Amino acid sequence: MIPTNAPALIPLLYLFTGLLIPLAALRLRRLAYWLALAAAAVASAAALSNIFRVLEAGTLRYRFGGWPPPVGIEYVLDPLSAFLSAVINAVALVVLVHARRTVEADLPERKHVPYFALVMLMMSGFNGIVMTGDFFNLYVFLEICSLALYGLVAVGDRKSPVAAFRYLVLGMIGGCFYLLGVGFLYMSSGSLNMADMKAILAVVGARPEVIVALCFMILGFGIKMALFPLHGWLPDAYTYAPTATSSLIAPIGTKIGAYGLIRVLFFVFGLRFVTHTVPVAQVIAWLGAAGILYGSVMAMAQDELKRMLAFSSVAQVGYIGLGIGLANPLGLLGAVLHVLNHGLMKACLFLVAGNFRLQLGHSRIPALDAGTRRRMPWTSAAFTLAALSMIGLPPTVGFFSKWYLALGTIRNRSWVFLAVILVSSLLNAVYFFRVIERLYLRPAAGNDEGRDAADSVVRGEAAPSLLLPTLVLAASLIIIGLLNAVIVKGLLVRFLPPGLEITLP
Amino acid sequence: MSAPQAVPSLLPLLAVLVSLAAVPLILLSSRRPVLREAWTLAAAAAKFGLVLALLPGALAGRTAAVDLFDVVPGVRLALRADPLGVLFALVASGLWVLTSLYSIGYTRGLKEHKQTRYFAFFAVCLSATVGIAFAANLVTFILFYEILTIATYPLVIHKETAEAVSAGRKYLAFTLSAGVLLIAAAAWSFLLVGDLDFKPGGIFSGLTLAGKTAVPLFLLFLGGVGVKSAIMPLHSWLPTAMVAPTPVSALLHAVAVVKAGVFGLVRVAAFVFGPDLLCRYGLDTILIVLAVTTILAGSLLALRQDNLKRRLAYSTVSHLSYIVLGTALVSGPALVGALLHLAFHATMKITLFFCAGAIYVNLHRENVSELNGTGKVMPWTMAAFALGSLGLCGVPPLNGFLSKWFLGSAAVGTGRPLLAGVLILSGLLNAAYLLPIVQRSFFRRGSGLEGRGEASAWLVAPLVLTAVLSLVLGLFPGTLFRLAGQVAAGLFGS
Repeated sequence: MIPTNAPALIPLLYLFTGLLIPLAALRLRRLAYWLALAAAAVASAAALSNIFRVLEAGTLRYRFGGWPPPVGIEYVLDPLSAFLSAVINAVALVVLVHARRTVEADLPERKHVPYFALVMLMMSGFNGIVMTGDFFNLYVFLEICSLALYGLVAVGDRKSPVAAFRYLVLGMIGGCFYLLGVGFLYMSSGSLNMADMKAILAVVGARPEVIVALCFMILGFGIKMALFPLHGWLPDAYTYAPTATSSLIAPIGTKIGAYGLIRVLFFVFGLRFVTHTVPVAQVIAWLGAAGILYGSVMAMAQDELKRMLAFSSVAQVGYIGLGIGLANPLGLLGAVLHVLNHGLMKACLFLVAGNFRLQLGHSRIPALDAGTRRRMPWTSAAFTLAALSMIGLPPTVGFFSKWYLALGTIRNRSWVFLAVILVSSLLNAVYFFRVIERLYLRPAAGNDEGRDAADSVVRGEAAPSLLLPTLVLAASLIIIGLLNAVIVKGLLVRFLPPGLEITLP
Repeated sequence: MSAPQAVPSLLPLLAVLVSLAAVPLILLSSRRPVLREAWTLAAAAAKFGLVLALLPGALAGRTAAVDLFDVVPGVRLALRADPLGVLFALVASGLWVLTSLYSIGYTRGLKEHKQTRYFAFFAVCLSATVGIAFAANLVTFILFYEILTIATYPLVIHKETAEAVSAGRKYLAFTLSAGVLLIAAAAWSFLLVGDLDFKPGGIFSGLTLAGKTAVPLFLLFLGGVGVKSAIMPLHSWLPTAMVAPTPVSALLHAVAVVKAGVFGLVRVAAFVFGPDLLCRYGLDTILIVLAVTTILAGSLLALRQDNLKRRLAYSTVSHLSYIVLGTALVSGPALVGALLHLAFHATMKITLFFCAGAIYVNLHRENVSELNGTGKVMPWTMAAFALGSLGLCGVPPLNGFLSKWFLGSAAVGTGRPLLAGVLILSGLLNAAYLLPIVQRSFFRRGSGLEGRGEASAWLVAPLVLTAVLSLVLGLFPGTLFRLAGQVAAGLFGS
């Protein structure tokens, strides 16, 4: 029975845990966290087993209520959604292990229960988006996760409600664009099912409302994934949100938008449509390239570590946009692999920022020095490794993203894009070495002792429950890096949409 | 001579890993310096032994090979101990043994801080260097090449002064830029041929590459390996990096890192592009022009340096381009000359750097103008310096003469006698910037040297050994000569 239900199980698991948490917490408040953690663990296990199931049995479809599509809602588990779901659940699990102490430190106790309930709703939304085969259902999940996210951002420090409001406005606009796009498509096709839509669009062709629908959907997903210049909500939201929120949404939140983009562009509209009929792919590639440069340059100018990482996310989303926009198999593989790679790197970096905040009371770059590193050697080492990966040095994951993306640009003879990718790794080196230099080479400030005593901040290295997830992610940067050929050849080439198939040697 | 055959063997992998395995041991024994240095010495000796064990096979045309797993689809993480790789690994690992001894004397003599970090990253650098030597394909090469870049950084900034930090930035800016160019070049090559295994005669040999592909691709590669080989105008990081402790300058900035650059160039020229392609599009001419410029300009700049280590650095810049020139001449004898120079310059230049370090530890002097009379208080050191200097000028029977002789005669043999003239001119310039130092130290009266004696035995013994090695290799170059001959025979036929 499980195999046929597999696509629907994970979103429902999170949804029900989200509802269960407030009830269970009536008895015991601490239960909220452990339920959330258990749900993430079960979901991760299910997502990993889904990968093997898909590899064995091919795409799985589940019809809600037994209604056949296009009338009923269909959930589809194909290699792409299996991969995405494994990435978001595994990263969320690791981040949640880390979240217990940071949530305790960041939020008053009465907010813990709603916080974890919202996390569950958000995860339900993320997983729903990845699994659903229905355009309108995707909209519903998009709103579920966005609404949960607004709340998760707004509980941060003093400036977070403003950041959340900004995110709310832009996120709503994004959602509306997407919904309008779905409406236009429904008008011209009479269907909401993705597979069905694909068949109908092949007949309908490039009618004006179809083109408008495509553009609206790209705008909607572009805002959700913070594709330059639609990234306006991201820096503030990441900076002012509580540590647990920013380490959850930075690695996986924007990737959902990227997933939607890939799904719509290549699986519904099809390669020819987005490159020849309406050449939106090129536009996305240029926006991605611009985002890479803009994000990197802005990251250099930041004094707050979380804000630097936020702008770096804008740049990294640019990589994904660029890879999608190249519209060739190698670029797309690079983009999808980068979803995983960037998820791991950015989660690791945000956990490091969280450790700094918890142990030092801040994560301001100018205040970091060799004293910080002496107190927190492992956290600093994790930061260094993740930074080297962001720069793209082998054998870390960052190198392999760069490798596939470089192959993709060269395949298209897009020398400008190749140059952007190469230059961006040097820009990454500039802003990450700025921090590394401080951590390892700047003599500790003399007045450190006094200030700590006054702030009564915990000294020394972060607690094991904080350190372990950080180090697990750091180690995964090398392990996944060396396994990339297995992942790409075993799983990712299988999802490549029609027209973009490739056989790798 | 039989065609080289690949023999599965774990030796190359062990040779790479042995110094990496020493790193945790070095870190764990940071509180016990004697034990820590024992790990370094043991790793150095084991590494040299493992590379030596590969030598007979390489000479007999049996290439020890390790195939691990796909790094990226279609390219395996693989090591091949071919004659070229064994030659480079032999030089790097052999001199590491002596440098480790010297390092102990140097760091203790100066009471250096953070010695554990120093010895740990030194060991990582050597793993990367031998990895570069044995890399069987471009991606494996890049993997170790970038590890070397990063592992050298903590050694460059070791002093942690403002000057050292800014030298580190410059070093990273140059080498990381080079790294991305190399990655781009490798990716492009992969799309062209779908196979990145180094082959004598070139990866591209079975392909008709158009000029508009071959030339930009070659320039990308050249940018990638040209920084570490300090080809002008990409050389300026090297004199700046002299702020590093002297053993680092000696082994990394005269042997391992810079030679990894020229070694990469030989790989690119002979094993990626191949002789035919180089000549067809005039790529050899590009290299010759760059090499000649660098040889002469490097020597002229060396003349003007008062800081001894900077003078030696410019001398390194100039001598590296001897190897570039030998590669660019695309002939068997020239390549033999280039590879011999790769080994011989290493022994000579490391001697000179060791001497500079011994003078610094003992007398705290680092400028040429302060060296008057030092020969009388430090006779062994300055005698070794004299020997190394004469070798670099190309005086027989030192080894520098041999490699220059091969390069010069190959220049004449390939119909470019003017280049032989360049080599002679450069030899004279070498004499002009090195011999006055010797003359100063022995024949001028110095001040402030009363009561000073020779540096400690930890410092003097290695530098005397490397000086003697330069002489011995000049008299009996047999093994290295046969190795270089093997490489040339594989490329151009005997």
